[in-house]
Amino acid sequence: MNLARLVFRELRYRRLNFLLGVLSVAVAVACLTAALAVLRKHDLRTDQIIAAKETATREQMATLTDDYRKLTLKMGFNVLILPKDQNLSDLYADDFATKYMPEEYATRLAKSRVATINHVLPSLQQKTNWPERARTVLLMGVRGEVYIQSKKQKPLLETVAPQTMILGYELANSLKLKAGDKTKLMGHEFSVAKINPERGNKDDITIWINLPEAQEMLGKKGLINGILALDCTCDTVDRLGLIRTEIAKILPDTQIIEFASQAIARAEARTRAGAEAEESIRREKEGRAKLRSEREALAAMLVPVVMLGSAVWIGFLALANVRERRAEIGILRALGLRSRQVLLIFLGKAVVLGLVGAALGYVAGRLIGAAWRETPGAPPIEMALIEPRMLLTVLVAAPVLAALASWLPAMVAAQQDPADVLREE
Amino acid sequence: MALLELHSLSKSFAGPNGEVRAVEGMTLSVEPGEFVAVRGPSGCGKTTLLLAAGGLLAPDSGEVRVAGENPYQLSAEQRARFRAEHIGFVFQQFYLVPYLNVLDNILVPALASASTDCRERAGQLASQFGLNDRLHHVPSQLSTGERQRTALARALLNRPKLVLADEPTGNLDGDNARAVLTALADFARAGGAVLLVTHDPLAAEHAVRSVEMKKNKS
Repeated sequence: MNLARLVFRELRYRRLNFLLGVLSVAVAVACLTAALAVLRKHDLRTDQIIAAKETATREQMATLTDDYRKLTLKMGFNVLILPKDQNLSDLYADDFATKYMPEEYATRLAKSRVATINHVLPSLQQKTNWPERARTVLLMGVRGEVYIQSKKQKPLLETVAPQTMILGYELANSLKLKAGDKTKLMGHEFSVAKINPERGNKDDITIWINLPEAQEMLGKKGLINGILALDCTCDTVDRLGLIRTEIAKILPDTQIIEFASQAIARAEARTRAGAEAEESIRREKEGRAKLRSEREALAAMLVPVVMLGSAVWIGFLALANVRERRAEIGILRALGLRSRQVLLIFLGKAVVLGLVGAALGYVAGRLIGAAWRETPGAPPIEMALIEPRMLLTVLVAAPVLAALASWLPAMVAAQQDPADVLREE
Repeated sequence: MALLELHSLSKSFAGPNGEVRAVEGMTLSVEPGEFVAVRGPSGCGKTTLLLAAGGLLAPDSGEVRVAGENPYQLSAEQRARFRAEHIGFVFQQFYLVPYLNVLDNILVPALASASTDCRERAGQLASQFGLNDRLHHVPSQLSTGERQRTALARALLNRPKLVLADEPTGNLDGDNARAVLTALADFARAGGAVLLVTHDPLAAEHAVRSVEMKKNKS
């Protein structure tokens, strides 16, 4: 005979009391375990979502990069050919080149069967006064396109006919000029052929005229100060280097700079897409973190309440058990059992109750957690039913808490005076 | 040396109409081999006397000695062990543990003692009291006589020197009452001491000495 046998016999005898206690512990443990499982699942789902988004972004970025590579290989870009002695600082400051080169360079370039250029546009550009209108304008003489002999492409720019001009938007607007109007420029009669739409840059104060007329009016006969080479193509990564090498062989007295091209815009778009994807991931993470903190707050409120309720319930059950077993305790004490042994009988019962309740509650909680769908329709998240560390924790904690909840009733039992019971009975 | 000595023992309780003197100035001794009956009407303080003699209820005044030792000079834990080793109790209501079978009920005092031959001794006692075929029955499956015999076997498990019996035949028919009283007398003849408190004159006839207790006034 030992105390454990006494405890187990009593558990079997008072099954309802035991089952109610087990149920109480199981509910508390299930609540805790399920809450932790749901939070764990939330984390796993978050990882899943973020990983999926990151993969999608990576794929999108890879596609963009590939597209960019292909586009930049296929797509042309623009270069400006300037006299070799042109100071680029002056060019950027004045908006036009101040050094000149022979117009023949454009013809030479076109005739050279250059492989990397599709269009050649020679021009003469200078900031000058429009004495008749008392305005400062950018005068640009253009020849239209110089056809590259090896290629049969459509002209990229229309030619400005002699004695006609194309006006920038701001000039036409402020001078109230319209297509068909006649006007004088530096003593020469011109007819307005066209008004360009508003561009919001220096083009709005530019006058385009025929190149020979511009050369004559500016005193630069046979000279130009820039050749715009458009739609340059090449199959290497260092496209500009290749173009420079090719053109240097034909026009050694020139220098070449790159104009902003569509490729740059593509690259910028790609960067923007990347930034947006990152922002989207950041927002998703933020949303998931917020949802987690809400779930955590709910669990932090619910679990302690359930555990407290369970502890109080176990305490009441233990107290009822003590009252029911008053005579038994009295005779056990009369027969020589020490108060410590009586205490152990009740605490032992609480420990068994806690252990069984913890095991059942753990399984129930994990099953609830497993059945929990993070998002309706979302793919199921596999989670091990048994997590040894967690199981061990509840198997230790629940009996300890059950014993603590039963402590006061057990003390009442241990302190019970057997004489009181035996006299009253 | 007397196994039980009560000297000028008094015990009072607070009642609704003031103090109730349950036992007043009681002096008594029981020698080894002696079966003493204390007789008196219900409410005369017999149970109080028995509990005080058994180290369960400290008297207001007077002295109790069991086997030469005053149990009330011991700590509560020591007194519990002292009871387990020296005193056996038998009560009218049996006080068997309802969820333990006969064998386990007989073995309950073993929880409080260090003896090693408990199971053997329990088997002997069960045999002695005719309980062999009831060993695995719980109290609710026993007759009243069997319950009291189980309680008697339990009282004797630790080989006590003194058995205190409180109306042990109160719930029994004639045959069972005689069997229990005979068993107590046998225990006394074997060298033990028995103090029986009862209001039944027939029960007292089995005792070698009988002491009358009168109802105390409040």
